[in-house]
Amino acid sequence: MAETKSMVGVPVSSPWGGGGSPFAINSKKFGMWLFIVSDTLTFSALLLAYTYSRLANPNWPRPFEIYPAIAKSTSMTVILLFSSLTMVLGVAAAHKNERAKTVRYLLLTALGGLAFTVLHLTEWFKLFHEGYTPWSTPQGVPLFGATFFGITGLHMTHVTIGVIYLIVMAIGYGKGKFTSDDVEVSGLYWHFVDLVWMFVFPMIYLMSVSLTG
Amino acid sequence: MSAHGSSELESHAVGSTRLFVMVWVWLAVITFIEVFLAYERLRPDLMLTLLVVLSIVKATLIVSYFMHLKYEKIGLALLLIPSTIFCICMIIIFFMPDSVRLMQMRMGH
Repeated sequence: MAETKSMVGVPVSSPWGGGGSPFAINSKKFGMWLFIVSDTLTFSALLLAYTYSRLANPNWPRPFEIYPAIAKSTSMTVILLFSSLTMVLGVAAAHKNERAKTVRYLLLTALGGLAFTVLHLTEWFKLFHEGYTPWSTPQGVPLFGATFFGITGLHMTHVTIGVIYLIVMAIGYGKGKFTSDDVEVSGLYWHFVDLVWMFVFPMIYLMSVSLTG
Repeated sequence: MSAHGSSELESHAVGSTRLFVMVWVWLAVITFIEVFLAYERLRPDLMLTLLVVLSIVKATLIVSYFMHLKYEKIGLALLLIPSTIFCICMIIIFFMPDSVRLMQMRMGH
């Protein structure tokens, strides 16, 4: 390790530092921000592809009724938002060095993510049951299946990885292995997962609400 | 403010619980406005625009307060946000002409 001066703060001297730290944040946090930018572009491209396919297919499926699909995805949104609140409170507690409180908030956040994933999977299975798969739909628009399951599946993967990340972080931080800066970096990841859903939910679910009922 | 375990720039303005709850309430309110809009049978292009604008407002709230970007050095936001927007615009350039053509075709009949 070249960063001999401090493990937690801004590296004072590093061969990679270029003589200074222009953003006054540690390299882990900067790395996470760069990852978030690249992941934003992945999801942007996918959502644009979805919206374009939706426009290009006049018989695009609208499988989401008020109840249960929209009610469920709305509650999933609120759960994910709530987990973001517990995450930010966890980061604040970590910066105040309140270890037990931080661990509790982190586990609560992970629980929110888990609830989200379980609800989302029940939603998926309902769609499977109705004949929607990643390669076919009852309306004969396989692109809907491919893009819908592709995007929500990629997001669900992010949530699952986030849950594992948060549990590891909670255990490690409880043991004193990680610092409050590490908790903050995991928080960045978690808020990003929340942020992506803030676009997936309206652009996929709300744009395809079933209005026949 | 506790200076423990974080650099001097990160230790200030961590934000109060009250502020975080307020941001959360706004995020929830905007979510419910979006759900309400979905049932208003608006023109799809108008609805997509409204939903995306509301989502961008939500994203701004999350990035500024929850992700703390508002309290970082301004240089970080200036590095990350314009480059992201530029890249997204580059993607949109490829989709846009044909999207407009398809939309006009659909509205034509």
